[in-house]
Amino acid sequence: MSLVLIATILGSIIAVVGILCIVFLLFDKSVANVPSKRTKSASLLAVLGSGGHTKEILCLLEHLGSHYQPRYYVLANNDKMSEEKINQMESDKHYKISIHKIPRSREVSQSWITTVISTIYAIFYSIPLVLSIKPEIILCNGPGTCIPICLVGMLLKVAYPVKIVYVESICRVETLSLSGKILYHFADSLIVQWPQLVTKYPKAKYLGRVV
Amino acid sequence: METRSRKNLNKENDNKRVFVTVGTTKFDKLIQTICKPATLKCLQMLGYSEVLLQIGSGEVIPTDNRPAIKLDYYRYKSSIKEDIESADLIISHAGAGSCLEVLGAKKKLLVVINDELMNNHQLELAYQLYKDKHLYYCTCLNLTETLEDADFTCLEEFQPGKPELFVDHIDKMMGFV
Repeated sequence: MSLVLIATILGSIIAVVGILCIVFLLFDKSVANVPSKRTKSASLLAVLGSGGHTKEILCLLEHLGSHYQPRYYVLANNDKMSEEKINQMESDKHYKISIHKIPRSREVSQSWITTVISTIYAIFYSIPLVLSIKPEIILCNGPGTCIPICLVGMLLKVAYPVKIVYVESICRVETLSLSGKILYHFADSLIVQWPQLVTKYPKAKYLGRVV
Repeated sequence: METRSRKNLNKENDNKRVFVTVGTTKFDKLIQTICKPATLKCLQMLGYSEVLLQIGSGEVIPTDNRPAIKLDYYRYKSSIKEDIESADLIISHAGAGSCLEVLGAKKKLLVVINDELMNNHQLELAYQLYKDKHLYYCTCLNLTETLEDADFTCLEEFQPGKPELFVDHIDKMMGFV
């Protein structure tokens, strides 16, 4: 019963979000295609989780070249550590960066029904943010905070060539995390760090350990 | 200040340090096990003379009951890097962050599994790293046996990850190369 309710709520949310995206994009002229060999820098949106997740994604971001600019960092509104770490990392690079905060969609040990509600809230919060940034690449590695952003990113895809990249944490050896399982179906690239995951999830890409 | 037994002073490596870390939570059973006379005796036999414990929010406070071993503890530090680097052996909970930090510093690592925490996906990583011969693991019950039997020279060095492989992949995907 509650499942049906959740499905209905989610379904209507996705429909509303879809309509909003289409309307937004109809009134926007800056829709472009990815050129075959590009020289222009690509705007990047990175979703930072917390703790170990932040550490892993910052390690990757540090190695991405200066052609990924501007950089928009999205983090959960109660995450102070990540903000400090971004500033530390970026202080000597002088990239164009900005930091944006969104409501957390799931606290550890939060119940499922309240998770659905807070996720819906986070989705609505993410719509204007992602649509105004219009990133060319969305990079994330979980946990939950990345789901609302990626959902909006998927809808942005309808008219705008945004690439969604999910890097599963090195902690995940045998199974994908919940965020990974959801994004497995939607991300343009889902990178795992242990080869055995590719046998279970053939669409995932194993490049070796990257962090 | 330090009273060491004469027997220990004659040992080849008598100044070795152990660092015990439980991460951001607590693992009282591990702290208790380390502080047992039998465990401290075993560490002493192996040539360790100092034990530093990071106990997190645990309720068990380490007590110094074996004069030949110097026992010290703290709850948290913003970085445990220095304590890892100055130790010869690290006994750690199975947390991914701690395991990777210790292996990254190329230190000997014994992971102690908390069997009271079931379905903890962090165990996946510790177990895989054990299978790949980067560390040893045990529970509190067989800690001393494992310490006695573990031959850390058999382990293989943990190679750092290669973020450049990720960068290549993304550059290709975005049409930069």
